[in-house]
Amino acid sequence: MKPFTRLDGLAVPLDRANVDTDAIIPKQFLKSIKRSGFGPNLFDEWRYLDVGEPGKSNHDRPLNPDFVLNQPRYQGASVLLARENFGCGSSREHAPWALEDYGFRTIIAPSFADIFYNNCFKNGILPIVLDAAIVDRLFKQCEASEGYALTVDLDKQTVATPTGEMIAFEVDAGRKYRLLNGLDDIGLTLLHSDRIKAYEERRKAEAPWLFA
Amino acid sequence: MSGRTLYDKLWDAHVVHVEPDGTTLLYIDRHLVHEVTSPQAFEGLKLAGRKPWRTSSAVAVPDHNVPTTDRSQGIADPVSRLQVETLDANCDEFGITEFKMNDIRQGIVHVIGPEEGLTLPGMTVVCGDSHTSTHGAFGALAHGIGTSEVEHVLATQCLVQKKSRAMRIRVEGELGKGVTAKDVALAIIGEIGTAGGTGYAVEFAGSAIRSLSMEGRMTLCNMAIEAGARAGMVAVDEKTIEYFRGRPYAPKGEMFDQAAAYWKTLVSDADAKFDAEVVLDAAKIKPQVTWGTSPEMVVTVDGKVPNPADASSEVKRHDWERALQYMGLQAGMPIEQIEIDKVFIGSCTNSRIEDLREAAAVVKGKHKAANVKLAMVVPGSGLVKQQAEEEGLDRIFLDAGFEWREPGCSMCLAMNADRLEPGERCASTSNRNFEGRQGAGGRTHLVSPAMAAAAGIAGHFVDVRKF
Repeated sequence: MKPFTRLDGLAVPLDRANVDTDAIIPKQFLKSIKRSGFGPNLFDEWRYLDVGEPGKSNHDRPLNPDFVLNQPRYQGASVLLARENFGCGSSREHAPWALEDYGFRTIIAPSFADIFYNNCFKNGILPIVLDAAIVDRLFKQCEASEGYALTVDLDKQTVATPTGEMIAFEVDAGRKYRLLNGLDDIGLTLLHSDRIKAYEERRKAEAPWLFA
Repeated sequence: MSGRTLYDKLWDAHVVHVEPDGTTLLYIDRHLVHEVTSPQAFEGLKLAGRKPWRTSSAVAVPDHNVPTTDRSQGIADPVSRLQVETLDANCDEFGITEFKMNDIRQGIVHVIGPEEGLTLPGMTVVCGDSHTSTHGAFGALAHGIGTSEVEHVLATQCLVQKKSRAMRIRVEGELGKGVTAKDVALAIIGEIGTAGGTGYAVEFAGSAIRSLSMEGRMTLCNMAIEAGARAGMVAVDEKTIEYFRGRPYAPKGEMFDQAAAYWKTLVSDADAKFDAEVVLDAAKIKPQVTWGTSPEMVVTVDGKVPNPADASSEVKRHDWERALQYMGLQAGMPIEQIEIDKVFIGSCTNSRIEDLREAAAVVKGKHKAANVKLAMVVPGSGLVKQQAEEEGLDRIFLDAGFEWREPGCSMCLAMNADRLEPGERCASTSNRNFEGRQGAGGRTHLVSPAMAAAAGIAGHFVDVRKF
């Protein structure tokens, strides 16, 4: 996993609440057996005017000029500003894979759906929860000034605005450590192999039907 | 010290190790696997040279991509076919039990888990699918996980977790005639919102929940994720225990009695404390119909499409306006005047035998309306299909002009050939009315099986209580 330490990134405002993972990456692209290549189909139904299919080239598809990601001023964005309950619905990890493949490394929202939030940390994406009023202010600033970029420092747990305002955010210590170092969860868990085996022995005695 | 909640008991029984900050290594008893969210996990295992920790805990089934029409020639779409073949190959390579596409036991993963007795009370159950919350109906701790966690559970039999807060949703009293578990689920989401359960493990309790069948409890727990809760659960009672007697993978004989004695302890203690509690009056719940693009955009069948001017916030008003535009509806329109193009009866929410019986009772002796292009019934598993056919339900549906299909996820998410065309409007017993969920540009209204069946006959939504 790519570590996340510090990011200076152009921000793009996606002004919708309850953005679900079906919208982030529609179902037809879930047929892939790979982990990469989902970026061109991120927000497919909002981004293009036709219907995308796996294997179809995206270069000559008609873009929806009204969709925020298609506006020239937001090209190259790596910070996604979002509204409440971002990432709700399906558990598909293809959603963070698509966001990461497109180039997003952090998402700032007043709240996230649980499974999506969890999936982000497994893929080098930092989801940041900020108070709804602060997020609303960032939306307004971002829309008002072209080239609006934010600086995110995971170690210090701060978001800095172009005017120098510093906003603190909370993040679970364990998740922060793994994200800062790009650590593989499985390797860390396997360090506890003896404990897992001991648990299984104890459990087999208490509830043998679970191991039948 | 106050008593423990059902969630506390399930959690405590599976703790392998706790870090000082509360991060817990939680043991997983049952790992259900399907074709969409597992290929990258198996690939990850292989690349790292790892083996599954306990193969016997995992059971796999293809469900999302499978056709619901004749399967004797395999899957026509090469991309879908490759995904199902990849699951077959991975299960063969690692020695994981799989119910393949043409096995009678094949079906939607959340239907076959309980049906086979693979899900049991007191278990931790995970699957790379958000509707894993369904299994909580049996007093199990069950939730959806992403593909990285699928790989993690395969490799370590554990998940790295932090404990959620506990919420109890009590539904007290008696449900009216024609009001089902689906209506209870939608009414709850209408009340607390799609993020109302975020960060919570929800226990459904109260006399109305106790009165529900196991099928009804599954429908309710299935929709817990639509309220934002990863896990929904119902305490064990006699109904729960009897459900497992004679199931293929459930314990037998003395072992069953030993297990049942433990299962009986899987209830919240009388003095257990919850972090949040919501109470609903069962008698006030009416049949529900969603009008928008989020399950919380729901009203009763005798209601009207709401007006965005009445929304409680600016963000919500904006959302409602977008939803009305997408759904092609006007504020103030009575729900019963909304005409439909298609009917979908199926999905992990409502495709079990009880759901099919309820729908069949409504359509018996009638015929689908002329404006309804397609009404399809997709049983949740091969065994549900077989039982329905033994009861003659297939004939009732076919005589009414409904199609009788092979089991799978089908048009709940339209990964196979079953889908809505742009602008088509569907009365659906599934769980999500998101934009494009049932096909790009498709318009979904979530309802109970009886309400979907009645809409198919009338050609528009009708109050099943008066039907």
